[in-house]
Order: sequence, then C-alpha cells, then structure tokens
Amino acid sequence: MNAALALGDDALVLAQRLGEWAGNAPVLEEDVALTNIALDLLGQARTLLSLTGDEDELAFRREAHEFRNVQLVEQPNGDFADTIARQLYFSVYQELLYGALAEGGSELAPLAGKAVKEVAYHRDHAEQWTLRLGDGTEESHRRMQRALGTLWRFTGELFEPLEGLAVELPALHAPWRERIAGVLGRATLEIPEGADRTAWSAGAGRQGVHTEPFGRMLAEMQYLHRAHPGASW
Amino acid sequence: MVTGSALEEELLRLVGEVPDPELPVISLAELGVLRRIEVTGPGRVEVELTPTWTGCPALEAMAADITRVLAEQGMSEVAVRTVLAPAWTTDAISPEGRRKLAEHGVAPPRPGAGAAGAAGRAGGATAGRRPAPVGVDLAVRCPHCGSTRTVLLSRFSSTACKALRRCESCGEPFDHFKEV
Repeated sequence: MNAALALGDDALVLAQRLGEWAGNAPVLEEDVALTNIALDLLGQARTLLSLTGDEDELAFRREAHEFRNVQLVEQPNGDFADTIARQLYFSVYQELLYGALAEGGSELAPLAGKAVKEVAYHRDHAEQWTLRLGDGTEESHRRMQRALGTLWRFTGELFEPLEGLAVELPALHAPWRERIAGVLGRATLEIPEGADRTAWSAGAGRQGVHTEPFGRMLAEMQYLHRAHPGASW
Repeated sequence: MVTGSALEEELLRLVGEVPDPELPVISLAELGVLRRIEVTGPGRVEVELTPTWTGCPALEAMAADITRVLAEQGMSEVAVRTVLAPAWTTDAISPEGRRKLAEHGVAPPRPGAGAAGAAGRAGGATAGRRPAPVGVDLAVRCPHCGSTRTVLLSRFSSTACKALRRCESCGEPFDHFKEV
C-alpha cells in the first residue's frame, strides 16, 4: 500500500469532518479554531496526495472502498466532546508519527518536518479542551468520558504496520498511550478499558473497509466535483 | 539563498518586493518565504517558494503575483516550485518585517520559537518534541498601546499563521503572528 496515500487520506477525511463545524461551533473562536485545524490538515493532504497522483482525482473521484484512511477520522462529529476526543486521539498520534518521520530521510520527511509544527498546535488545542471538559461540570465530564469510550475501539488501528512507511507504527503505541493517559489523568478522566479494536476496525480502514457514515460524508464532499467536473472559481 | 548572476539578483529584488496577499504591509522578502531564483535560459526562470503553513491559501496568490512580476521583466516561462524543507519558521521574518507587522496592528512572533516549543510553552503541554530553550514566557506586546499585559483568547485566528489575543490594558483584541 502507498503510505503517502494512507496518511493523505487520514488528513483529508479529518479536514472534511472538521470543516463541518464551520458555522456550527459553540463559540466563534472555536469555529475559527476547528476550521483552521481543518485547513492545516487539508494542506498536508494536498501535499501527500500529490506525491501519489492528481490530488483532485484522488479526493473527488474515488469510491469509499478506495480510501485508505483509518476509521477513527471518518467518525461523525457527534457532540463537541466526541469531536475533541477524536482530536485528542488523532493529534497525539499524528504528532508522534510526523515527529518520527521528520527525523528519517524518506520522501515524506520534508512534509512531516513542516506538519509536525502545525500538529503541535492541534494537539495543544485538544489537550486544553480535554482538561476543560473533563475537569469542568458534571455534564461535560460525563460526555467527555463517554466520547473517549465510544471512540476507543478505533484507536488500535492507528498502530497497525503500514507498508512502505519509514516508521514502525506499532512502536508508537506505548508512547501514545502514555501521553493520552497523562492528559486524561490531569483532566480527571479515565483511560478507557475496553478493546481498542474489533473485528471490523482492526486495520480495516487501511484496507478500504469503512464505517457506514463515511459514505454520506464522501457524498457531500464529492458532490460538486462530480456534478460539475472540472469546475473552478 | 543562492544567487548567481546580476540578473538573478535583480529579479530576486523585484520578486521580494511583492506584498504578501493576506498581510500586504509585509513583502515576500521580509516574510522570508523566497528560497531561490534561477534563470535557466532566455526568458526562463525558476523560483522556489516555501509556505508559512502547509494549508496557507495565499500560496497560490503569491505564485501568481511572482509570475506576473517576472513576466513584466520579459520572463515568459516562469516555474514557481513549492519547497518544504527546511521548514519555514517565524524566525525567518526580517526585523523590518516585524516592525511593519507591529505597525499594522499584528503583534510580531517572539524570536527563537520552535514549533513544539511554542505550543508547549503556551499550553504547558507534555507532548512537545522540543521544549522551549528557556522556561520563561516572553510577553506579547499589545500593538495598539504597547502594554505587555495581554492574554491569549485563541491559538487560532483570521489566518492560519495568527493567534488571537486581547490587551488587558486598553481592552482591544489583536492578532499575534504565532511562533512556528
């Protein structure tokens, strides 16, 4: 499998999900923050997909089963706690991954060296919100804990070996867990105890098997391009 | 920056004067995003440009402006390439650029700020790859009244490269070119 395609799809799909918050976030500053993070991810996706082929063709003309993103990033935004839990899990992972990639000499090193600086801000954003929601009101704590638990079963896939990648993903699992546990501890939250993968989520996204909401997300993302091929403004 | 001939130096100077599309008070040279310019044949030139942030939508406008300026100099074939390594940092902004940003109401980035250091410093985070070299948080000065009593409202603002702050002395919100 093409590693640039897999990482590019992760960034593209999460960018699209975060973009759905535009105009819907709880406060204006958060609207701006989530869409800025989406923009960073979109920039990373464009670079990664362009290493593989034509970025527009790849983004707008593939069917769901041709996407290689992990299932975590395609999960719906849910409530704000769901979005933050997804951000926390993914940004900590992406910072570790890009950090390790940047230190190697692979084709992806220049992008990783650039993007790791952006992702540091994303991770910080997710951490700050995790602290506020976890150590906030009874209701915010309850919802954040629930969101962490709901998404936990998609986290195992992040660390499945990825062919062609200059980084051993399984080796990132322990540091990832340690960092997540650290943040959750400070936020008075508990690290989920259930299985971090299921029969349907263990490496499935990387093989083109996606969860049901992904098709609807893709339909919205690709509609314009498919209805008006080559449209530009 | 590699400059070969007098022509290349002249073209570099002209391209360097192109204003940033989103912050027109500062030029591309002052922003530090021009990496190289090379005349490869009669009327043919290659320019290397590095993005401030990978998703920065101003990049395409910059490339179009550069192409236009070079076309005015008789360069009919202009290739603008994006280069990522070494990654751009806010330390590449010139002193003159910093002064202009402040005059324009945008607090300039603090010097010597590595990315993870900056985000880690701001958030007291544990996952930063490189801790800030010095444990003190240099104050961000209000570009309106000069006070150092300013607080962070959001790490994300009107463009990818800025954070939103508020001055506790004059009460005004302002953009801060965030360290990366």
